Amino acid sequence: MSSPTDPAETFRQEASELLEQLEQSLLDLEQRPGDGDLVNSAFRALHTIKGSGAMFGFSEVAGFVHEFETAFDKVRKGLRAATPELIAVALDAKDHVHKLIGDPAAAGGDGILQHLRRIVDTDKFPEAPLEPSSASAAPPEAAGDVRHWRIKFKLPKDALVNGTSVFPLLEEIAAIGPASIRAVTDDVPVLAELDPEVPYVGWEVELESETDPTAAIDDVFLFLRDGMELSIEEMVADAPTGAEIVLDEPVAALATAAPVVAVPRKEGKSAVAAEKAEKSGGSSLRVAAERLDELMDRVGELVIAQARLSQIAAGSSDGSLKSIAEELERLSSGLRDTTMGIRMVPIGSIFSRFRRLVHDLSRELGKEIEFITTGEETELDKTMIEKLADPLVHLIRNSVDHGLEDAGVRVANGKAGRGTVRLSAVYAGAEVAISVADDGAGLNHARIRAKAEENGIISPEDKLTEQELNQLIFAPGFSTAKEITSLSGRGVGMDVVKRTIDGLRGTIEVTTRPGEGTTMTLRLPLTLAIIDGMLVRIGDGRYTIPLSAVEECVELPDSAATSSRGRNFLDIRGSLVPFIRLREVFGTPGEADTHQKVVIVSSGEGRVGLVVDQIIGNNQTVIKQLSKLHSSIKSFSGATILGDGTVALILDTAHLVGVGQADHRSSQRHAA
Amino acid sequence: MNALTLRMQDEMFAIEAGSVREILDLVPITEVPNAPAFVTGLINVRGRVVPLADLRVMFDMDRPPPDEDTRIVVIEAEIEGEPTVVGILADKVYDVTDIEEGAIQEAPKVGMRWRPELVKGIGKRNGSFIVIPDLGRIFDTKGGRSQPMAEERAA
Repeated sequence: MSSPTDPAETFRQEASELLEQLEQSLLDLEQRPGDGDLVNSAFRALHTIKGSGAMFGFSEVAGFVHEFETAFDKVRKGLRAATPELIAVALDAKDHVHKLIGDPAAAGGDGILQHLRRIVDTDKFPEAPLEPSSASAAPPEAAGDVRHWRIKFKLPKDALVNGTSVFPLLEEIAAIGPASIRAVTDDVPVLAELDPEVPYVGWEVELESETDPTAAIDDVFLFLRDGMELSIEEMVADAPTGAEIVLDEPVAALATAAPVVAVPRKEGKSAVAAEKAEKSGGSSLRVAAERLDELMDRVGELVIAQARLSQIAAGSSDGSLKSIAEELERLSSGLRDTTMGIRMVPIGSIFSRFRRLVHDLSRELGKEIEFITTGEETELDKTMIEKLADPLVHLIRNSVDHGLEDAGVRVANGKAGRGTVRLSAVYAGAEVAISVADDGAGLNHARIRAKAEENGIISPEDKLTEQELNQLIFAPGFSTAKEITSLSGRGVGMDVVKRTIDGLRGTIEVTTRPGEGTTMTLRLPLTLAIIDGMLVRIGDGRYTIPLSAVEECVELPDSAATSSRGRNFLDIRGSLVPFIRLREVFGTPGEADTHQKVVIVSSGEGRVGLVVDQIIGNNQTVIKQLSKLHSSIKSFSGATILGDGTVALILDTAHLVGVGQADHRSSQRHAA
Repeated sequence: MNALTLRMQDEMFAIEAGSVREILDLVPITEVPNAPAFVTGLINVRGRVVPLADLRVMFDMDRPPPDEDTRIVVIEAEIEGEPTVVGILADKVYDVTDIEEGAIQEAPKVGMRWRPELVKGIGKRNGSFIVIPDLGRIFDTKGGRSQPMAEERAA
């Protein structure tokens, strides 16, 4: 992070993480309303947003969060229960904070606050009393009684180096209530061993306050909490003991008691709080996503250059050139793996979003839903994860809206009234399988068929396997929902889901059992940027086929080669596989080679043979997107640069499989 | 207007010099099957895959095979709102020159052998005309009445 970062941007990032944490805590709280730790975690998130919001000039945010916090404080003190209603409003409030960060003038906050206050004010008696937890333990208090609190703290070791001064902190504590402060000098070493930059002195403050000062104290130490020692306890004994320095007396008194602390701060150490927070974070570093993309591009170019070098070295008799080429190959493949590793992000980062989605859907549709996620730690390329969010939202919506039956129907069918939606991610070879499974009614094949015929997607004579029927739900313009709810029809359709997944070089599988539920499984490659490819030649052109899609290669039988029309399928160990002559599709001039090869590729459940002139071999393929000028051509998913510097197109196998299957169906129809 | 002048067939064209990134000698061109006829190729420009546009198609010109004068002018253009690097095939590239704004006239609506919307204006230099193509429009329409290569071959 060499370039100066905008502190406001830092706040936005931090706040969005905190809001996510808040949302998670609220959603968990709905499940376990009595969990004091969750309440505290939500409260902490709010508090930090308020503190740093005010600090970075987001006064509207700070103001709103302050009100939010005040209302929520009653929950923290155990005076109100975290009812589902309260959680729902709190979630709305959280959304509003998010809006305010983007647009300080965002309206609607007052209504939410009023609603929130109404709930906490009217809902007098907590249904489930909070279990006391360490920080929020609020012993029953008689109003108006002055209580004494002992606060002990010691600054983190690097506090002075970072420019923190203890005196303003002490003053802030003293502002909470009448305080007496004592320096604990037990740890101060002899002069020879003394490091002037280390805060050896601990502090003990006795504070008078009617209420629990924990939140206020937390506020004081907002940016120092990591690494510092802090304890707050209520004093049962009334008379404070020990040497006292009352803060009202001049600071000079403090200085004499603790001369060590008065060491002048070093110049040039930045005191920006965000930076400190980062330092205390230690092992992780925030980097702008574009820089990673740039790094990946550079590595991609390096891999291409290295491939050229290897090619030259292979044709040379110079031993030292060969050895340096090999060395470079090893280094660049290591660099490539490391770079790709940096871009990997656990998929849990989007899973958490869906909990909110299910929560909202559940309220909206009045269906009780259990949402289970597994495999959050599964890592995928960053860009891929971003692109997956929308399709997954739609699949989950679909499961909840169309998959799960109403509670009454479920019970009548002998199932639990509460439906289950399961979202899971697992590694499967070089792929990741992400599935959305519900225990609902399953797909209704008869209805899918009727609808597809009605929409002209298939004709009544078409014989379709169960798999083919399942795939029909991804056809454009297909929807079996009898009535259009507010959920379906909003956002993307299943065909868009399919297209997005195809674009990511992934596949969708659907398995369904009537009455037991449906599982949609997305299979995705681990990364988008570099793939293994099979290089083939068609006429004079060279093309790359993603190796992950290739099942096998066979020779085109003479019988099939000669009859250019008619029988366009091969017998691969008993099953019929349609094939496409790429020469015809591409309009390649000239005569075909005498011994053409067929590369069998698969996408989802479909398979198709691609007839090529020659199979050249395997290569590392750095994928480059095609420009808008070529966006209308569906046969190619991108292009790559070969070892000799020329460009080769990458075949879009999912599209070609679709074409092959459609040809196959229509030829069957003609035959029938 | 500071412009790069180039020749296609026997016509002089001028392209805004600011949008030109570099001028390349002919490099291997990869043909894209079924692409619109005026962008059938892809080239490698410093590790980037760049579409190669042949404006001669748009202007209904002959397309003789490349010779030693053939160059690729790499420009940056906006296509559907996205900045895109595009190569343009030129039969010959001359120099960067100043064309007086006052000397640039709107393309005449009649009497031109090309579709007028492809031409931004006509400039004059040393007594001969220079065509200033409207690259933004040419790329945005993706060649307008795009005829796929397959059809062209079949004809």
